[in-house]
Amino acid sequence: MDLSLSTETVGDRTVVKVGGEIDVYTAPKLREQLVELVNDGNYHLVVDMEGVDFLDSTGLGVLVGGLKRVRAHEGSLRLVCNQERILKIFRITGLTKVFPIHTSVEDAVQATD
Amino acid sequence: MATVELLFSALPEHVRTARLVAAAVARRAGVDEAVLDEVRLAVGEACSRAVGLHVSQGIAKPVRVVLTEDEKKFSIEVGDDAPHQAVVGSAAAASGAPAATPSGSAAAHEEAADGEDDMGLAVISGLVDDVEVTADETGGLIRMSWPTTPAAETA
Repeated sequence: MDLSLSTETVGDRTVVKVGGEIDVYTAPKLREQLVELVNDGNYHLVVDMEGVDFLDSTGLGVLVGGLKRVRAHEGSLRLVCNQERILKIFRITGLTKVFPIHTSVEDAVQATD
Repeated sequence: MATVELLFSALPEHVRTARLVAAAVARRAGVDEAVLDEVRLAVGEACSRAVGLHVSQGIAKPVRVVLTEDEKKFSIEVGDDAPHQAVVGSAAAASGAPAATPSGSAAAHEEAADGEDDMGLAVISGLVDDVEVTADETGGLIRMSWPTTPAAETA
C-alpha cells in the first residue's frame, strides 16, 4: 500500500490526513507535504494518523522535522492516533513527550495547551 | 540452512517487500500473531538502515536478508556491505590523508548519519529482546530472533 495524503483547514489549523504506510520509501512525500504547508504559512498542523498502517523511524524523523519547522514560527504540530501499534513506536523512542497526541481530530483542533 | 534468503537492490522501494516476506515466513514459522507487527517493524528498520548505508557510500551490492526457522526460534539476519565507519576513519588517519582541515565537516557529516542510524537501532533494541549488532571492515550485520510457539503446527 502506498501513502495517501489530504489536507483540510479547520479554523487556524491545518489537518493533514495520512493513510497507508510511512516508511523509508514514502516518508519523503510526507516531508514534502509538511514543508510545503509551512512554506505557505500554515504553522498549526494536526497530523491525523488514524489511517496509517505502518510507521517506522524514517516517518518519525519526518514528523520531528515538521515539528521543528512549525516551532520556528511559534506554531504547533499535533498528532491524532488511537492505534496501539503506532503509539508503541512513539513510546519506545520517547517521542510521546515531544508530540501532543490526541484521540480525535476535534480534540486536536480545539487544543491550545 | 536458511529457510528463506532474500537479496534486494539497495533501493527504498524494496524495503516493503522485505517486510512482507519476513512477516510471511515468521507467521509460517509459528511466531505469535501479536509479535508479527514487531517483526515487520524491526526488519524494516534494519533494511532501511542497510539501504541508507549502501546509498550514502555508493555500494552497488544488494542488501541481504536471511530468515531462518529453528525448532524454538525464528531468526532474521540483515547484512550490509558498508565498512564500519570507525575502521574507515582510522584507515584514513593511518594513510596520512590530507584530512586535517576538512575533518571537521566530515565529522559533522558522520554525526548526522549516525543520528539517523541511531533512531532505527533505538527502535530495534526497544522492540526486540534478542538482538545483536556487529560491524567490521567488510560490513555490518543485525541479527534478531523471536521465540516460536509449537502450537502453530496445527495447519
